[in-house]
Amino acid sequence: MNINLDFNYKSIKPFIFICFHFGILALVFSLIVHRLSQTRKDALIGSLSLITIRLTVDARPTATLIEFSNMEEVKLIGMWLSPYSYRVIWALKLKGIAYEYIEEDLSNKSPLLLHSNPVQKKIPVLIHGGKPICESSVILEYIEEIWPQNSLLPSDPYERAIARFWIKFADDKSPSISNIYRTSGEEQEKAVKDSLEMLKTIEEHGLVGEKKFFGGDKISMVDMAFGAVAHWLGVIEDVAGLKIFEQHKFPRLNSWIQNFKEVPIIKENLPDRDKMLALLKRRREMLLASE
Amino acid sequence: MEEENKVTLHGTWFSPYAKRVELALKLKGIPFEYVEEDLKNKSPLLLKYNPVYKKVPVLVHNGKPIAESFCIIEYIDETWKNSPQLLPEDPYKRAKVRFWSSFIHQQLYEAMLTVMKAAGEAQGKAIKELLEKLQVLEEGMKDFFPNGTPSISNRNMGILEIMICSLLGPYKLQEEVIGIKIIGPEKTPLIFSWLTAINELPLVKELAPPQDKTVALLKFVRENALKSSSA
Repeated sequence: MNINLDFNYKSIKPFIFICFHFGILALVFSLIVHRLSQTRKDALIGSLSLITIRLTVDARPTATLIEFSNMEEVKLIGMWLSPYSYRVIWALKLKGIAYEYIEEDLSNKSPLLLHSNPVQKKIPVLIHGGKPICESSVILEYIEEIWPQNSLLPSDPYERAIARFWIKFADDKSPSISNIYRTSGEEQEKAVKDSLEMLKTIEEHGLVGEKKFFGGDKISMVDMAFGAVAHWLGVIEDVAGLKIFEQHKFPRLNSWIQNFKEVPIIKENLPDRDKMLALLKRRREMLLASE
Repeated sequence: MEEENKVTLHGTWFSPYAKRVELALKLKGIPFEYVEEDLKNKSPLLLKYNPVYKKVPVLVHNGKPIAESFCIIEYIDETWKNSPQLLPEDPYKRAKVRFWSSFIHQQLYEAMLTVMKAAGEAQGKAIKELLEKLQVLEEGMKDFFPNGTPSISNRNMGILEIMICSLLGPYKLQEEVIGIKIIGPEKTPLIFSWLTAINELPLVKELAPPQDKTVALLKFVRENALKSSSA
């Protein structure tokens, strides 16, 4: 009996061909992915899902570029004592973004810093795929736009405007806190007065309502902008030998500080208090001696 | 009864910050009511809308107030998506625009104010700093205008144009009061041609307060500052 298999074999051949090559590709891909770090795997999965969603649901032209750019290398030039540096660290960690941290010696600024921030020559500087972004508030907005997961700003434009208002307020008023340890006499009195006014404003206008954080139940950029109040102020009070923040006078602010410092990413990423105290005391002595 | 899209701007004729918001609203073609505030006798409404700073400008949209000119402009751009787009779409370009807006708003503005309020040696020092900062801006703007000649129209005015216009739009009048040239085709060619292009727009001309009023105010600010510093 002649069983004719020719026809069946010819039709299966292209199918086998495709399956074979697809299998090789899948094997190679999984070997590459297997060797990636966990955070890069997360970023890859995040990107692929975002691309799928964006291509099927949202046809914004820049969407695909962003999805690929969020996998480029991230570096942060920072300084262990700076609350502005920490704002960026908290944002990157809360979003699960892998980055290389570069500690800057501000008394001997590196060529990298001077090249990346020629205008201000200050930290923090975020370098993403070789492109520098300067100023902590600008960096936070950039991070939020490139890596939208774990959002740090409200989605409603009005709520966002209010959040930005408070971030600007924090930027404007926080320097008074560091001026407390940097000055003496009349200048220090002014710094103390300004700091108290800031705390009062936050208490009376920023934290109204039974809110855990500035934006509600979730931590946001606004909370990070006030990081100096939560951690640096206490140390500076000790350095200057002054009591400025009295818990019973600022009950809402006090609750906020507890809530803020209990967030694991914040708790695990704060500069060591004793180290800070020692350095700031030394700095204060040098500043007063030079006056 | 719902008031759809009722927009009110509380400002003063001489506030560069209020001018920014006015420009943004007019560029986008957003109808609004303007309320001139008397800063020596602030209205209860202003104090209610901006209890933190008690300053202008304040934008009120359907009863909800927003303060701080930059926050207001970002809000306007996000809420009214028609052209012109005041901030760029690309996140990196947005970051650069935010950085330079902050530079103009804080550093340049402060430097200008210091020059305005100083005399003699102190003014000489302040002028040197202002000119240095203008050079920094000149360099920075080469990134935005690589072919050297900004061509500005109502359709491509953005937040940087708004910022520079509100601060240095009346530069000729400022030069008159401080007695020295700060902007020119030799020293700051890019900023000079940029400001010239912006100042030529009918909208900008329409919103500029009368020149004599501006000069009188600048002179007043200067004389007041010199009096109190020598007292």
